[in-house]
Amino acid sequence: MSTDAVLPQLLEEWEPVIGLEIHVQLGSVSKAFSSSATTFGEPPNSLTDPLVLGMPGTLPVYNQRAAELAVALGVATSSKIRARSRFARKHYFYPDLPKGYQITQSDEPLCEEGTLDVLMGTQRMAIRLQRIHLEEDAGKSSHHGTVSHVDLNRAGVPLVEVVTAPELHSAEEAAEFMRSLHRLVRWLGISDGDMEKGQMRCDANVSVRRRGEDRLGTRTELKNINSFRFVQNAIDNEIVRQIRLLETGERVLRETRLWDATANASFPMRSKEEANDYRYFPDPDLPPLLIDGPMMARVMQTLPTLPGPRFERYREWGITGDDARTLIGERALSDYFEAAIAALPSVGCNAVAHAKAVGNWLLTTLLGALNRDGKSIAESPFPATALAAIVGLIEGGTISGKIAKDVFDEAYQTGAEPAAIVAAKGLVQISNPAELLPIISRLLVENPKQIEAYRNGNEKMLGYFVGKVMKATDGKANPQVLNDLLRKALVPA
Amino acid sequence: MAEIGLQEVTELAMLARLRLSTDETETMRRELQQILTAMDALAAVPTEGVAAMTHAVPMDLRLRPDAVMPSLTPAEALAAAPATAGDHFVVPAAIGPHE
Amino acid sequence: MSGIDAATLHSPAAVLARRVRGGEITAIDLVEGYLARIAAYDADLGAYLHVAADAARRSAEELDQRRKAGFSLGPLAGVPLALKDLVVTKGLVTTAGSKMLDGWVPPYDATVVEKLRAADAIVLGKTNCDEFGMGSSNENSAYHVTRNPWDRTRVPGGSSGGSAAAVAADLCAASLGTDTGGSIRQPAAMCGAVGLKPTYGRVSRWGLIAYASSLDAIGPMTKTVEDAALMLETIAGADPRDATTIDAPVPRYRDALSLGVTGLTIGLPREYFPPGGLDPEIRAALDAVVAMLRDAGADVVNMSLPHTALALPAYYVLAPAEASSNLARYDGVRYGRRASLQGQNKASLADMLEQTRAEGFGPEVKRRIMLGTFALRSGYYDAYYKKAQQVRTLIKQDFDQAFANGIDVVLTPTTPTTAFEIGATNSPMQMYLADVFTLACNLAGLPGLSVPCGLNSVGLPIGVQLMGCTLDEATLLRVGAVIERRSGLGDRKPAMTPESDTQPEFAAAVPPTGGLA
Ligand SMILES: [Mg+2]
Ligand SMILES: [Zn+2]
Repeated sequence: MSTDAVLPQLLEEWEPVIGLEIHVQLGSVSKAFSSSATTFGEPPNSLTDPLVLGMPGTLPVYNQRAAELAVALGVATSSKIRARSRFARKHYFYPDLPKGYQITQSDEPLCEEGTLDVLMGTQRMAIRLQRIHLEEDAGKSSHHGTVSHVDLNRAGVPLVEVVTAPELHSAEEAAEFMRSLHRLVRWLGISDGDMEKGQMRCDANVSVRRRGEDRLGTRTELKNINSFRFVQNAIDNEIVRQIRLLETGERVLRETRLWDATANASFPMRSKEEANDYRYFPDPDLPPLLIDGPMMARVMQTLPTLPGPRFERYREWGITGDDARTLIGERALSDYFEAAIAALPSVGCNAVAHAKAVGNWLLTTLLGALNRDGKSIAESPFPATALAAIVGLIEGGTISGKIAKDVFDEAYQTGAEPAAIVAAKGLVQISNPAELLPIISRLLVENPKQIEAYRNGNEKMLGYFVGKVMKATDGKANPQVLNDLLRKALVPA
Repeated sequence: MAEIGLQEVTELAMLARLRLSTDETETMRRELQQILTAMDALAAVPTEGVAAMTHAVPMDLRLRPDAVMPSLTPAEALAAAPATAGDHFVVPAAIGPHE
Repeated sequence: MSGIDAATLHSPAAVLARRVRGGEITAIDLVEGYLARIAAYDADLGAYLHVAADAARRSAEELDQRRKAGFSLGPLAGVPLALKDLVVTKGLVTTAGSKMLDGWVPPYDATVVEKLRAADAIVLGKTNCDEFGMGSSNENSAYHVTRNPWDRTRVPGGSSGGSAAAVAADLCAASLGTDTGGSIRQPAAMCGAVGLKPTYGRVSRWGLIAYASSLDAIGPMTKTVEDAALMLETIAGADPRDATTIDAPVPRYRDALSLGVTGLTIGLPREYFPPGGLDPEIRAALDAVVAMLRDAGADVVNMSLPHTALALPAYYVLAPAEASSNLARYDGVRYGRRASLQGQNKASLADMLEQTRAEGFGPEVKRRIMLGTFALRSGYYDAYYKKAQQVRTLIKQDFDQAFANGIDVVLTPTTPTTAFEIGATNSPMQMYLADVFTLACNLAGLPGLSVPCGLNSVGLPIGVQLMGCTLDEATLLRVGAVIERRSGLGDRKPAMTPESDTQPEFAAAVPPTGGLA
């Protein structure tokens, strides 16, 4: 039976407790401690230098850009940022770990006690972070029968490790945490967060306990969850595995397990050195990393408004939760929306009152067109000021919604200003009764049967007359005004 | 006084990836014991509130600008390697994943 | 010998550079002169691991041409240097005295090598050393034993013993050593050379094969104090590639040499003159130096560095801990030696790793890796590593206090004994005691200078150690110059055999007076 089918029932009695350790690549162009490039997909061992190769005599010097990106993440998660944090060495032997140790941070990490603003569906939730620390990536080994091949292109790529408190309570929450972190790091320009390229990787610490119990159960560490699709699956699978063990009177072993996406199962990671001892100690090659005023100022200067507060504001503007979530899904989209809203006053509209209309036009009409053309919002040929202009023309009564679609299409294709299109094509809608009444009078004379039908209760006949007037005016009649006039005219004398 | 046993020497050798013969293990145990006994002098020193020193000269980390410089070519990177295949380093099969 | 006489080859580097710049001698003649001496004596002495004859000749010829073309030459113009094999040289085999790196040709130069080349010095070759700098006698070299030029049955000291021997025997004009616990000063003392360990961070470690990163320093080993000053001027300075270098201007150290000692306060820490713990002849030589310095105008005072006895245990926790980490990279994957696993048809990665490290490292290196692994283990870290780091603070505070109390220079013996016999040391602990007077200086990150101050009754050199406050190498050199002038070895040099008969200028075995007088 699949996990999905049994889990809801099991969860009535059991509560999962999940903590995540997420590695995010910092988007610097050069490596953490040397000047080789961080490019993806290059030929094997083409991005190395004596330091990356762990050669004798080489020394690490940390990347300023990487430090600033990490600090930006710290600020964006309201973390306590340590003025002097320390690099430490974590020792273990692996053929793609060139120095026999990884440079990381242990006792004195860059960030502690932050929170990540997580969007659980359309609900904001603050998930506590234990720490965010700096480290370097290892290389890549690929296995071919009796030998393994080592490629060190990734070795030394700068990472942050984000460690949550154990306070996620379902795989969905864990997945939502991942999505929120992914959104944030992209938002801040820290990383593309591309899991396929290993720019974001997730390990999960999972335990279960009976509901109502305070004590945490024995946890396992689930590694190798390297795709968004796997996060939920892997964790649900582990939750069910643990509950089954406990329900049959067995014990959960404190172990590290490896998620195998193809098998849709996890397996214990068997290692010769059952209890490794990483022998952390402060790296004597690296004095403390100082985050001083000037660096903070540089970071703060480039820090944008974060997605969480924007979501909140959009909701206050009457935008639905789903739409607000979509709007903050990407910084470029949200920035476009903000720019359109900011332009509303200049087209005579109240920003707050018409935000919803702007949102609808953006999410349906513009994204529809961009989608059709395979373009991103950043590549939009239709600027945010034009979107504001269209909404202004509609809300100000200058054009109808139907005409607006045509105006949009033309503006999108040609890049012309919507107002200019309206003027050039004489698309201003007819709202003046004096212009519409003669047309209505003629219709009444020409269509006695239809009037009869309407007066006998066939409401649909109203539409018939609306259509006739629209045809006569090239669709420019103001629908609201026209409706009112027709109703009055059709009342029996 | 710190006592060091054969089992512990074996564990240390394992951690350090040093293969020691039985004889070497015993010699190593004896020598480590002698050295560790000399270290006992440290234990007697009151160090409450004394800062742990990594560098005698206080300094803060100098950072480097995020600039790419030419890498070694794969041939240069592999030039000193004991075993290679194509542009890869080669080792006996590494079973098991990363830490 | 290409027209260069032995007296010229005995000249200080500063003199040679001046003569090359002035066109009195050519660089190629100098190089040929030293190469001939190496050919004559080094099979017996074993100071070198690799002699870069062709590269040195090419550099010399290129330099001579530049001079002829009218270009001005650098401060070390044409000076042939020997570099300890712990210093990385591009295109020139670098082994750290270890089988682990047998045949390794680095793709880059150490910063100090770049700087020396930029100053127009010439690299003659790489000198023997204790494996990865771990030792006090050069007996821990994986290649061969270096003999002390003053007595071929004795060690040259270590770990920069090859550099010290090469300088003492005129197999180079000057050399570089590295010093983690005394490895420049101790062999300099034992070979009658000047050895300067600069302040930690004064000289870039980029390209220094790491033993203990928080203690390691590169420094000059020279025939004169002036040469040490000249070399330091050349190699010192902040380096963007070494985050632990100090960003302070580099003074012209040579300017301090003529200032004399009047007005300086020199401290004699009682802990460095232990009754019964110091060779009486060394004691006597130091007494003579002290009397001379008083006579020369210095104020010499007794003082105390109370935590001195803890330097040795603290060092032998901290240095091995860092070493166990620094030497984790030698795994037979990317460079250097890999154990042959022939006959083991199912050799695993673990077999490869463990056998490579078992075969590649010598016993002393293994001992220190084991010791360091012990000190860093969880559960032991606080009691050993952290404790030693705290004791390190106390040792540094002793010195800070002394300098705050007006001491300018601390004067001690460099070594407790003169050069000992090859093979005479029979336990690790006994060997560790050879560095007992030099360790604290590294722990405190301070500059330390060893200057020859006489020969003992059997003709072995004695060294005096001067320690100063952070970045104050100038004052050490200033005092060192006075000691050199008034208590130094003067014209006395080791007698070189077997060619001593045909090289009369080296046969003058001088009775041990001078410095002791
Ligand atoms: Mg982790
Ligand atoms: Zn990590």
